[in-house]
Formats: sequence, C-alpha cells, structure tokens
Amino acid sequence: MAGEQSASKKPAVITVNTVWCKGCEICVAFCPKDCLEMEGGKCKVARPDDCIKCMLCELRCPDFAITVE
Amino acid sequence: MFDYLQYVRQENFPHIWCSGCGDGIVLKALIRSMDKLGLSQDETVMVSGIGCSSRTPGYVDINTLHTTHGRALAFATGVKIANPDLNVIVVTGDGDATAIGGNHFIHAARRNIDLTVLLYNNYIYGMTGGQCSPTTPRGAYASTAQHGNLEPPFNISGLAIAAGASFVARGDVYNVKKLETLIGKALQKKGFSLVEVVSPCPTAFGRRNRMARPVKMMEQLRDTVVSVEKWEKMTDEERKGKFRTGILKDIEKPEFTAEYAKLIEKMRPEE
Ligand SMILES: Cc1ncc(C[n+]2csc(CCOP(=O)(O)OP(=O)(O)O)c2C)c(N)n1
Ligand code: SF4
Ligand code: SF4
Ligand code: SF4
Ligand SMILES: [Mg+2]
Repeated sequence: MAGEQSASKKPAVITVNTVWCKGCEICVAFCPKDCLEMEGGKCKVARPDDCIKCMLCELRCPDFAITVE
Repeated sequence: MFDYLQYVRQENFPHIWCSGCGDGIVLKALIRSMDKLGLSQDETVMVSGIGCSSRTPGYVDINTLHTTHGRALAFATGVKIANPDLNVIVVTGDGDATAIGGNHFIHAARRNIDLTVLLYNNYIYGMTGGQCSPTTPRGAYASTAQHGNLEPPFNISGLAIAAGASFVARGDVYNVKKLETLIGKALQKKGFSLVEVVSPCPTAFGRRNRMARPVKMMEQLRDTVVSVEKWEKMTDEERKGKFRTGILKDIEKPEFTAEYAKLIEKMRPEE
C-alpha cells in the first residue's frame, strides 16, 4: 500500500518538536494511516512511509509541535 | 508544511495552555487565514481581555493589547475609531465576552463596528479553575456546580445575531480547515463579525465531565458537529445533543467607522 502511494511522490518527512509537544495524543488518535505513536509521553513518528500527507496532524496539533513536509 | 514561526513570538513557546487545550488550534487557524489573505502584520492589532483564551496575543507577532477582564471590545473600539485602516481582531472567551463583558458584546454588535471577534467557547471559566460560565450546559459539572448546573446556557451566536452583528459564524477545532475558512470570511467582512469557536478545555471542563483526555473531547466534537446545510434537513429529534457550524448570518448594513467618517466630512466647514 505505502509503496503504491508514494512511488511517484516524495516520501513524507514528519518532524516532532519534542520540547514543545505536550503529549495530548490528538495527532496520534486522528491520523487516518496510524503513522504516529506515543513514547515517553511524547509523539513519535512510527510509520512515516504510510503517511499520505493529509496534514491533519499538523493542522490539529495545539502546540505547533509536528510538521509534515 | 506551513511556516507558523514567522507569525509567532518564539521566545514565549512552549505556550502556557494545557496539553490538548483547543486554544493553540484556534491560533493556528487564525494565522493561516491571515497568511492566506496577506494581512500585514504591522497593520493588524489583536486585543484581548482576561482568561486562558485571552492569553493569545502573547504568542502572535503583530500589534497586541492584553487588557482588563470583559473590556477587550471597549479597547478595540477605541483602536478602530482612532485608526479605521487597521485590521482589529478581538480574542475573548465565553466568560470574558458574555459574563463580565456581556454589555460590551451586545453593544459592539448593535453598533456594527468593523471588528473581527474570535470567541473561544469552552463552556467554562478555564483560567480560574472551572467555575460556571454563561455557556456551561445545563447538567454539566463545574467547581461552582458540584451537583450539575441548573441554569440554561446562552447561545452566543444567537445573541450576536439578535444584537445586530453583520457576520456570525460558528466553528470548532476538530474541523480545522472549515474553521480557517470561517475566520477568513470574518476577517474580510466590513462590520462586526463574530466567529464562535467551540474549543475544548480538558483541564477545567473535561476532567469534571468524563472527558479528561483531550482525544475524548475532540471525539465529542467530531460526533456532535453538524453543518448548517445538514442541520436544515434534520428533525428536532435528530438535532438533540448536536450543534451546527458554518455561517449563521451574513448581511450588509451601515458600518460605524464608515458612518463616522461621513459625518466628519459633512461637518467640515466650507472653504
Ligand atoms: C474584574 C475581574 N474579575 C474576575 C477576574 C477573574 N477571572 C480571570 S479569568 C476569568 C474567567 C475567564 O473565562 P473565559 O473568558 O471563559 O476564559 P477561559 O479561561 O475559559 O479561556 C475570571 C472570572 C478578573 N481577572 N478580573
Ligand atoms: S499527514 Fe496525515 S497521514 Fe501523515 S502522519 Fe499526519 S495525519 Fe498521518
Ligand atoms: S498533537 Fe502535538 S502536542 Fe499533541 S501529541 Fe501530537 S505533536 Fe504532541
Ligand atoms: S485551563 Fe482549560 S482553557 Fe485554560 S489552558 Fe488549560 S485546558 Fe486551556
Ligand atoms: Mg471559557
């Protein structure tokens, strides 16, 4: 699946600012592709290859802590 | 990726809002719509009162004014009349705007002065630890309603519509793209424009109302928001427990600072 979608496109680069992240889990809970996880109370990028760049995690993060490129 | 950093005061981050508080999500939607419209940071002023929501100006790199509880609209009115060319945005809360500041709110709307008001409605006094506000739902728990709130709530958008605002919309922080569009429309409107933003307070409201986890509060928004278009086709039974978002009023009417400028022109002594 992931290979199919990203074949022609650049893979997503997801960056978490762990100093600003307050661990609310909003990005993790509403990622449609389950790319993110929690680790030690912060967001962790677990499966970046599955990302479809919907941007929802970046749009909904209350702490300006996650970006998708 | 959107570059928020050019619009924020980075030295004040991480911000003071709690984990999962909706206020940061509203600020980001505002920044994106300002960027889309190309609003000049130097010609935009943000005015707030007191509350968690009213802390917003501390984080934006525009001209900002953090004033007294309930009085943001009075200060903003002064700024706008002194220099009508400025874009004036007021950031306020359900308590700030409809409890202590209730009279300023209805009269600014009645006057139809060109201000854009972002009202973060979290159904509670967040900053002071969860006292009932005028929008706390009947039956909800608060530090001043330990057995459930007995009072019926204000419908803030309805109040602004009745008082005479020319633009009224309601949005929420789950449906972020729609929120951004609504804020953009409000910023462009000449006249008193309100965007009531339903925004979770997991700390002071959620914890007392079985929604301590921010995700739970976001799920509740997802499950109870209905678009105005869909709302029209629903029966009263289907509307129970739901609320509508979208543009609720958008009309043209004389705007205060424009009328004031006309009056000055008329009173100017002839050469
Ligand atoms: C004159 C005055 N009265 C009371 C207070 C205490 N006070 C501070 S914030 C607040 C309520 C704010 O509620 P709201 O506008 O809903 O903001 P929120 O914190 O929920 O975003 C109150 C009563 C004050 N600062 N000044
Ligand atoms: S951009 Fe969308 S798919 Fe990618 S991590 Fe964020 S929420 Fe998930
Ligand atoms: S939404 Fe933001 S603050 Fe919340 S867990 Fe994700 S990165 Fe952290
Ligand atoms: S108390 Fe509520 S409104 Fe205030 S910062 Fe915390 S979550 Fe947000
Ligand atoms: Mg409030």
